[in-house]
This record gives sequence, structure tokens and C-alpha cells, in this order.
Amino acid sequence: MISGYLARNGLESRIIATIVLILAAGIAVPVSNLVLDPLHPLHVPTYIVALLGKYLTYALLALALDLVWGFCGILSLGHGAFFALGGYAMGMYLMRQIGTRGVYGDPVMPDFMVFLNWKELPWYWYGFDQFWFAIVMVALVPGVIAFVFGWFAFRSRVTGVYLSIITQAMTYALMLAFFRNDMGFGGNNGLTDFKDILGFDVQADTTRAGLFAASAAALAIGVIVTARITGSHFGKLMIASRDGESRARFLGYRPEMVKLFAFTVSAVMAGVAGALYVPQVGIINPGEFAPANSIEVVVWTAVGGRGTIIGPIIGALLVNGGKSWFTGVLPEYWLFALGGLFVFVTLFLPKGIVGTFQAHIGRGREKRKANRAEDAQTPSGAEVSPVGAE
Amino acid sequence: MVERADTILYLDGVSVAFDGFKAIRNLSFVLKRGEMRAIIGPNGAGKTTMMDIVTGKTRPDEGDVFFNGTVDLTRHDEADIATLGIGRKFQKPTVFESLTVEDNLSLALAAPRDVFSVLFARGSAKRAKRIDEILETIRLGHRRWHLAANLSHGQKQWLEIGMLLAQNPKLLLVDEPVAGMTDAETEETARLLREISATHSVVVVEHDMHFVRELDVKVTCLHEGSVLSEGSLDHVSSDQRVIEVYLGR
Repeated sequence: MISGYLARNGLESRIIATIVLILAAGIAVPVSNLVLDPLHPLHVPTYIVALLGKYLTYALLALALDLVWGFCGILSLGHGAFFALGGYAMGMYLMRQIGTRGVYGDPVMPDFMVFLNWKELPWYWYGFDQFWFAIVMVALVPGVIAFVFGWFAFRSRVTGVYLSIITQAMTYALMLAFFRNDMGFGGNNGLTDFKDILGFDVQADTTRAGLFAASAAALAIGVIVTARITGSHFGKLMIASRDGESRARFLGYRPEMVKLFAFTVSAVMAGVAGALYVPQVGIINPGEFAPANSIEVVVWTAVGGRGTIIGPIIGALLVNGGKSWFTGVLPEYWLFALGGLFVFVTLFLPKGIVGTFQAHIGRGREKRKANRAEDAQTPSGAEVSPVGAE
Repeated sequence: MVERADTILYLDGVSVAFDGFKAIRNLSFVLKRGEMRAIIGPNGAGKTTMMDIVTGKTRPDEGDVFFNGTVDLTRHDEADIATLGIGRKFQKPTVFESLTVEDNLSLALAAPRDVFSVLFARGSAKRAKRIDEILETIRLGHRRWHLAANLSHGQKQWLEIGMLLAQNPKLLLVDEPVAGMTDAETEETARLLREISATHSVVVVEHDMHFVRELDVKVTCLHEGSVLSEGSLDHVSSDQRVIEVYLGR
């Protein structure tokens, strides 16, 4: 049913298969966790559900980065900032749900504010006791910041490595700001000790299963949005602006607006990913803004294959799965392994895993398509062989 | 004297300097509607800078630049000027390499250019037909589904000219269209441009004198940022100053 609907909307079969797979996992994992006996061989323990749920939000973050890096050529080294902003918006909602259960028992103010002797809730915390308000902010705050940042950067025609550097500066500046206690976001410690979300205990198995399913659904929606944008006429314009910015400009397009749109959509996706990440890991602190985090997202995307839709998802899952395994076995060497992986992929798989794979099967496919088109055209006799061509 | 109202392109007393180097000095250049003009001149004569000024990439320090008699081009940016109806082909063939030939033309086709119009754009029979016509004009019908990256150098030049046609501009600026082409391709390109000039105003910058002769149009020779000589090719090429600075070398 779902695949039929998607096919009518013009999505490729590969994309549809990916969406169906994500949704199937979104149902199967929670069901196995909640229904099956803990001793059953197919039972998924709760800590694995939380871990996989975290990976799904990382996959959505990588997909968001791919929309701007892979398709528009904007190497953002600050996407972790949008992820963290979405996470903070969700964290603020979760903090206000604690209510009188905090250490100081203040019904309105979170513990850290009472500890700092604040007399009242800062204005920007208003509304976060409402879930709908928090959800709007999850999308709005990263979206608006990306829009304003992009407006100035793209209109000033900042591109390439310069743009990458200022995105790093942006996330670094936000990190320093959020580290300050006066900012009102819990400073160094961030926001934690969450109790419940929408009235459900965040520690409960059922809530964890629900969050996993929500993350899978969000990733599926992210795939649909990305596929629809990149598959449209606008997607071709994105590639055109990436490969020939001045050509696009002299055709009458405004590449800066194309980039601004993609950058803003991407930031919203990253914000949603962050919002789903926070209740599953139980904490958000300024460390999420660390420049290294944003760079890690670039590695996931590069490993999986940028400029493809499936690539960043596979990259995020593989690298993070590898990280969980590796840090268990040889914790001191993980960063060397990650660095080595990036060097290996850059040297030997510049298109990433999925990109390399697609290039192999795609070469044959394009040839067949071109041949078919040629066969269809030749008998019409409309073709005059071009002088001196080929 | 030509009235400004009758012109498609009107440059008067234009000067521009880069870090003190005067690339264009007091240049005046007039193109009538429907005219095709060839511009020649040695390297550094200001040919490409002149195109940059007309297309909004470079703003002149002084002077008037008018399009279609009334539109002051110094007040518009590249995208605006392209939408007004000026198409530009670059010296180096510039096409979107990772898109197919058809997609390249489809992006160039005249249509609303803002983000949301493009996002919700749909293909139509009319667009498909126009692409068919252009593919026939530029002789690339058989390469329709191929990536532009896989075209030969000459075919890329033609594709770029095709993209200009798809844009349906009033004025085409064509910078060195036959650079790197074989003799046969050069002749074919001259034929193509003559065909285009029947319905469009065209400015062609070229070094290849054989090609300029093929075009058979009025010639302007630039030198050090201003007009050195203007007239028929025979007139210009017998001009003693032109021979000195350009042809004689």
C-alpha cells in the first residue's frame, strides 16, 4: 500500500525499498523488544533499542548534510549545531516536564536555575511546557539560524573552503555561548535528569520502543523529502548550481537562493534528528556543538556515499556501529580507526560505498538507456550526423 | 548617428579599471536590433571585460550601458540581466557536466526562475517540443540522454549555444565559439550562428579570422580597452593600426 503510493509519486524503486525497510525496522524492533520473551533468540534488548534509535537519528543528520553537501556542494562543517539546537529545544521541554520532581522541587524553574539563585524563568523558556510549542521550536530555531546564516554567506558569494571554515566557526561560537551559565541553558552540564515525555516515563521500555519507531518514521519522512527535492526539476538546478554556479547565474537563476533553500531545509531535518536524539540518550550538553562532531557527520556521509540518498544512511549506521563495537574492544584506538577510515575512503572510494556500487551498475544502465533512446530515434530519419563529431 | 532607441546594445564612454589597470577606457559601442557583429582584438584588448560589463558581472566605473534602448544595465545583476534577455556563452565551454544534454537544455528553457516555481515545475509537451527543436538545430538529438560530461569539446560548445537559444534571449553574446574546434566544426558553427542571427541580435568575439570571414558581418577591433577600427572585415584588416597591433603579429 505504502509502496504503491510512493511509486505513484514518482520515486525510484530503490528509494521505495529503503523507505519500506526503514519502516519495517521501525515496527519489527519495538515489537521484538516488547512482545518476545527476553530469552527468545530474536529478542532485542532495551539497550540495543536505544542504541539503534540513536543511530537512526544520526542517519537523519547525515542525510540532512548530504542534501547540502552531496547535492549543492556546500561542505557544511557545522551541521552538528543544528542537531544540537533541535536537541536543546526538546531538552527544554523535557526539563519543564520534571516539575516538582527536581532536587529543589521548584514547580516552574529547572534545578540549575534554582542553584544559580535565579528568581524567575527567563522569557525564552516560556512555552516550552507545551509539547507542540517545543516541536515548532525544534524546526524553527535551526531553520531560522540557517536561513540568516545562509542569507549572508551565500549572498556574499562565500563558497568552498571559506564557507566550511565559517560553518565551523558558527558551531564553535555556539558551543562557547552554551557553555556559559548566564545563557540559561544549564551551562557545562547541559540539560539532563529527564523524567517523562508526553506523560510517559523516558526510561520505560515502551517509551524507548516508541521513540525508536518515531525515529524510524522521521528518517523515512526525511528520505521522502530528500528524494522529492532532488528528483524534481529543482534537484537538477541544485546540481547545476553545484557544478556551474556562474553558468546558472547567466541563465537567470540565483544559485544563492537555491543554496539558501536547501541549507534551511537541511537544518530543519538536522534539528528534528537532534530532538529525537535527546530523549533517547537522556542528556544534551554544549559538547554536542563541538566542531569535531560536525566533522564526524561528514565522515559518515563520505563513507556511505555523498550525492546519493541511501549512502549517508548506510554510512551513519556502519560507522556508528563500528564505533560502538570498536570502543568496546580497543577504546584507545577508535579515533585512529576513524581517521584511517576517512583516509581510506577518500583515497580508494571517493564516491563512498553506495556511490562506488552505483557507478558499477549505473554505467551499464546509462549505456542501455542511451542505446534504447538512440534506437528509438534513428528510424525517424530526423538525425543528421553532426559534422566532425566524435 | 544612431538613435539610442533603435539599438539593442548601447555603450557610451564606458571605463573600468582593476587595481589601477584600465581594462576598458572610454569605450563606445552600438549594436542595432537584429544585427550580428564580430569583435576581434589582441589579448587584453578588453573583449571579455566588455561582456562582463554587459552581463552585470563587472560594474563600470563610468559610462552608460543600455539594453534595448531603455534598460540601464548597470543597475541590474547577472540573473536579472539574463531574464531581461541577454544570453552569454563563455570562452571555455561551460555546461552542467553531471546532467544529461536534455536536462541542460531543460534548465535553460525560458520559465519562472524563482525557487518555488522551480520546485513545483512540471514538464509539458510544449517544453519537450521546444527541446526537440533546439536539439535538431544544434545537431545533438542523438546525444539527448548522454551526460554532458561525455560530449566532445565541439559538442559542448554547441550545447552551450543551444542553452542560449532555449533561454530565448534578444541578444546573444558569444565568446570564442570555435576555440579548439576542427575546421569542419568551425564551418558548421559559422552556419549555426548565421542561422541564429536571422532572428536574434548577436555579438561574437573571435580570434579565428577564417571564421570571422565566414560570418560575413561588420567587424569591430578593440585595442587597449577602446575601439581601434570598425567596418567591414576588408576595411578593418587593411587598417594600418589594426595590422600593427593585431594582425601583423
